[in-house]
Order: sequence, then structure tokens, then C-alpha cells
Amino acid sequence: MAGKSKTIKVDYLARVEGEGALYIRYDDHGVHEVQLKIFEPPRFFEAFLRGRDYTEAPDITARICGICPVAYQMSALHAMENALGLVPTEPLRNLRRLLYCGEWIESHMLHISMLHAPDFLGYPNAVAMAKDHPQVVQRALEIKKTGNALVRLLGGREVHPINVRVGGFYRVPSQESFQALRPQLIEARILAELMVRWAAGLPFPYSEQFYECVALSSPREYPMNEGRIVSNRGLDISVQDYEKHFREQQVPHSTALHSVLIERGAYLVGPMARYNLNYPQLSEGVRSLAEELGFKAPCNNPFKSIVVRCLEVLYALEEALRLIDGFQAPDEPYLVAEPKEASGCAATEAPRGLLYHRYAINREGKITFAKIVAPTSQNQKTIEEDLRLMLPKFMHLPEQQLQGLCERAIRNYDPCISCSTHFLQLHLQHEAKRNS
Amino acid sequence: MAADSQLIARQPHKPKLAVWKFTSCDGCQLSLLDCEDELLLLGQEVEIAYFMEASSKVEEGPYDISLVEGSITTPADLLRIQEVRRQSNFLVCIGACATAGGIQALRNFADVVEFTSAVYAEPTYIDTLKDSTPISAHVPVDFELQGCPINKLQLLEVISAFLNHRAPQISAHSVCIECKLKNNVCVWVAHGTPCMGPVTHAGCGALCPSYNRGCYACYGPKENPNGESLCHWWEEKLGADRSTVIENLRNFNGLAPHFKVISEKRERGQKGKS
Repeated sequence: MAGKSKTIKVDYLARVEGEGALYIRYDDHGVHEVQLKIFEPPRFFEAFLRGRDYTEAPDITARICGICPVAYQMSALHAMENALGLVPTEPLRNLRRLLYCGEWIESHMLHISMLHAPDFLGYPNAVAMAKDHPQVVQRALEIKKTGNALVRLLGGREVHPINVRVGGFYRVPSQESFQALRPQLIEARILAELMVRWAAGLPFPYSEQFYECVALSSPREYPMNEGRIVSNRGLDISVQDYEKHFREQQVPHSTALHSVLIERGAYLVGPMARYNLNYPQLSEGVRSLAEELGFKAPCNNPFKSIVVRCLEVLYALEEALRLIDGFQAPDEPYLVAEPKEASGCAATEAPRGLLYHRYAINREGKITFAKIVAPTSQNQKTIEEDLRLMLPKFMHLPEQQLQGLCERAIRNYDPCISCSTHFLQLHLQHEAKRNS
Repeated sequence: MAADSQLIARQPHKPKLAVWKFTSCDGCQLSLLDCEDELLLLGQEVEIAYFMEASSKVEEGPYDISLVEGSITTPADLLRIQEVRRQSNFLVCIGACATAGGIQALRNFADVVEFTSAVYAEPTYIDTLKDSTPISAHVPVDFELQGCPINKLQLLEVISAFLNHRAPQISAHSVCIECKLKNNVCVWVAHGTPCMGPVTHAGCGALCPSYNRGCYACYGPKENPNGESLCHWWEEKLGADRSTVIENLRNFNGLAPHFKVISEKRERGQKGKS
């Protein structure tokens, strides 16, 4: 005899970028079905890039995401340079890394302070949280402004920067204008250390699992623009071989394609994966702070990703200062290559994780093929698995709390739903025991 | 603090602000969160009643002011925008998607069935309209703030104007005027760089020319533009080929009527009078 079944509904998940739905069916025996439903109205970037000029790829793909446009610009132009055989000079390379530092800072601080922190402190949003915790919010906003300032100087504006191009930059700002940012960066670095200490003291629900972490890795530095793709289960490939090891699958409940490792299935990208795989590449200062607070890698509790983001912000601020102090003006703001029939790919570390682009272009420089794999479509399956594994541990909680915890578990990933999703609705269906 | 509470006391109730997302990249609503110095103050002046990206608190409508980001591309959103209009006293479209269909309106010039199969293996799961359309194609709108992305200071101006019962002061002149105001050297005259500045709406602060780059019209057409003449100059004097001209008319604001008419003429191989 069928028992009563309960459904809990939330219109859609708040404090994520974009909109989507979650469906969970469970009973007292366990979880039967978890679907992260993504109803992104398709925007067809890969289709309408065809026929456009290769020089437009960074500006067009930036519009995939207003939160991490620099990441799209970086992956796009590295892929085009890979196709054309352009190798950026060392000064240009450093300026790109500096721009990426700015985006990591602004994107991470947005998530930490406005989207994630209210979960830990029990507020609906950062404005309400600011009433009781003004210092935390103000510090976070100060740090974020520093990231914005970096992106604005090198990119022209925070959202959809205009200054990057295939081959380099349209204009390289003067050494003085970079130097002028030093005091603000130094101040932000002090605040960022306080943010790390604050985040480390938050209460974290216990939820640990052994992920297959995937990130770029380079012997030279903590990864942003380049490296090999590695995992903690032995994957170690060049970016050129990405599509031999990863496949995108379409599932009926989502307009975002699910990406899987062909041999092993779900995997994790993003700050936690980067941190776990590249911990030794962080500066000594960042590592000793992490160790003092008991946050030495690996970190396998996604609720603690807020601490990892704070540590990455601290690192990005240090790195920005290092790059500014070592600033060398490039001989030319950009390198030029004649278009030719070619194809190329690249992966960079967006704030939310690995972002892969591949293009083919023809002799006239028009794009004939484009493929883009966003971080959130790579994490989608892992988010579902997280919920499946987490739920049984918290089944004793009242339904409303359980639902809140599910929403939080999704926010742990800082999902960039506009990159891959649209409508996030949470349906928790409780199936009462079938036997009375 | 005392001054702030007086401000609040003046209002019978704090106006309720709602932020709605349709098909978009989130960049324009992010502009609101990028107002680090003003956001907390704004939170004292208005009640942020519906803003899913920033808050899990949802207040019922009606709303005094609604900011609408994104274009209409799905059957469900055709209905949702009607409901948003019903619930909103003052509806402001923010950004190129909401005002001109956005980059995703490139589908309007192509075959959407072919597009779907280029991205998805099983196109039958995908529920999408043939066209991406601006909000004004579906409901009356009270104000349109152009830009891809919008300028956050202009957004604050629109909200302040609303709070103070006055018209927003948003200049509709061209990017050229902004260049002159900044003392920029003209990238076209000095370097022969094709630039959309003469027909493009101000608001960015002439960013691209300030970085030695031609404007690519991400703010859409200005008031009374003369795009025909501009395209003629691009082709005749700067040697730009037709595909480059079309690409520049048809990117983030390709559906803006002025740009659309000229790009379609160019595609048909016609040139208008210049």
C-alpha cells in the first residue's frame, strides 16, 4: 500500500548566478533520484560563433557570463593563439595573469560575501547581514573593489572588458597607473587575511567525500592561464587531449550538457580542486596561514570552499602585487598573425574552475567550429552526487532545514548558472515508507 | 545614521525594488552588486523585495520599480513577462538583451533548428522560441537603459530619478561626444581605425577609443543615428569589407531597428543612399 508522499517546493534557488531547479526523490530508506535541473534558455553561442571573425571570439564569448567574462576572454584568445601559432611574450603573459587575478578577486569576493556568507550566518542577503556584521561586509566589499580596480585598469571596465585581444592588449596602461594601485592592494591584502581567519571560524556542516579533482597544473605557478590538466587519480594530459578524456552528455532534465570523465564519471573543478592539486604552488605566507588555521590541503568538505576562496583571494592579491612590482612594458601591446586555416584549443582556470574552448577557423579568419565547456556543466554531476551522499546523513532534520541544506550544498559550488543554466527550482519529494 | 533614518522616515513606505532575469548573462544585474559604495545605502532607501541573485528573501508584489534584464526566448517567459508587467508600477529594461534582444538575437538572422543541433545532440528536449526579442516587443516599458553591459552609475541615476519623481538624466548623444569630452584623439581620423562611435549611444565613457580601439557599438544606436553614411565611409574610405560592416552592426544590439535595417540591406547587397 502506498504511503503519503510529501513535496517541498522552493520557487527557485536564490543567491546563485542564474536560475534552475533541483528534484530529489527520497524515502526513509534512502535517496532514489537527484536531478539538478537546468532550464537555461539556450543561447547558442557555439552555433552563432560560426561565420564570425576570429578576432571577435573574446568579446562575444565574454557575454556568456557577466560574472567571469575575463575567463571566457582568456580561454578564447589562448585557443585562437594556439591555432595561429602565436606565443605571447613574457610581459604580455604577466599582464594577462594580473587581469585574471583581478577577476578571481572580484568574483570570489562576490560569492563569499553576497552569496555564500549569509548561509553561514543565517541571513537572506548581504544587506540584511550588514546590519549585524557590518565589518565583514565592508571588508569584503573593500577587497572586491580592489579586484574591480585591477580589471578596470587593464580591461577598461569590470563587466565585459574591452582591452584584451588575440595577440595581447589594445593598449598597455602605464607603469605609474599600476603603481597607483599598490596602496589599495596592500590594504586589501591585510583585509583578506582577516577574511580568511573569519571564514575559518564559521560553523561547517560535516560532509566529506573523496572527489576526483581536476585542474590545470604547472611547475611554474598556481594555475590560471596555462598548464597540463591533472587529477588526483592519475590523469595528466595536455589540453590538446582534453576531448579524448572528457565527454559531454545531454540529459533530458537539463539544457546544460553534463561533462564526465570518460573512464570514471563525475569529477570536481573549481577552487577546491585547484587548491587540492596545487597547494605547494601557493605562497609560503598563504600556506602557513592555512596550516595555522587547520586548513592545509586537501579539503574535501564543499562547505569549507568559502575558506579556500578566501585563501585564493589572498594569494591573488599577493600575486597581483608581485606582478605589478615586476612590471615590464611589452615592446608591442599585441602580436599579429595572418589568419590561416587552423584549429586550436585552450583551457584556463575560471574562478569556478576549468574552462575549455576549441575553435576552427578558415583562411579568411572566419570561425567554422566552436566548442565551449563551462565549469558549471563539469560540476553538475558532482553536485548531484554530493546531494545523494549528503542527504542520508541529515535525514533526521525537519524538512525545511533539510531543504535549506540542499540549497546550501548547491551554493557551495558557486554555480554559474547563466553559463549553463536558467531556472533552478527545488522540489524535495519525500516518499513515506511503502509498507505500513 | 541619523540623516539616513530621516530619509527613510520621509517615505510613507520604502519603495519596493524587484530585479528580474530573463535570457542574459547576469552582467547587468551584477552592476547593481558592483555598486560597493552605494549598495548598502540603496538598501536603506528601497526595500529590495525581489532579487534572486542576491537574496533568498522574496516579498510579494506589486513592486514600485522593476529592473528587467534579459530577452524573451522561451514560451514560459512570454507569460512571465506579462506577470512582471502586471506587478510593476515602473518597469525599466536594463542592458542590450532587454532593450535589443542581445547577442542571442543573432539566431533571428539564422535557422534556429540548425542552431539547436549544433549545440545539443537531442534537440527535441530543448524548448525555445525561434526569435530572441526585447522586452518592449511584449509589454509597455517605462524606461530603457542601453549597454552591454549597462553603466552602473547610469543605473543608480535611473533609480535615484525614480525615487525623486523626476526624469532620468541619460544623454542620448554619441560616443564621439564622449571622446571630445575626454580629449581623446580620434582613432578614426588619426589612425584610420573603423569606429562605430558616430552612431553609438553614449554611456561607456568612450572606453574603446580610450584604449586605442574602435568602438564596437555595445551601447546600441544613439538618438537619430546616420548608420547608412557611417557604413559608406567604412567601406569607401577605410576599405572595410561588407562582412566586417555587418558584424559590427550585428553583435550585441543587432536587433535595434536602425542597425537591423542597415545590416539586412547590406546582406542583400544593397547600399542605401549615403
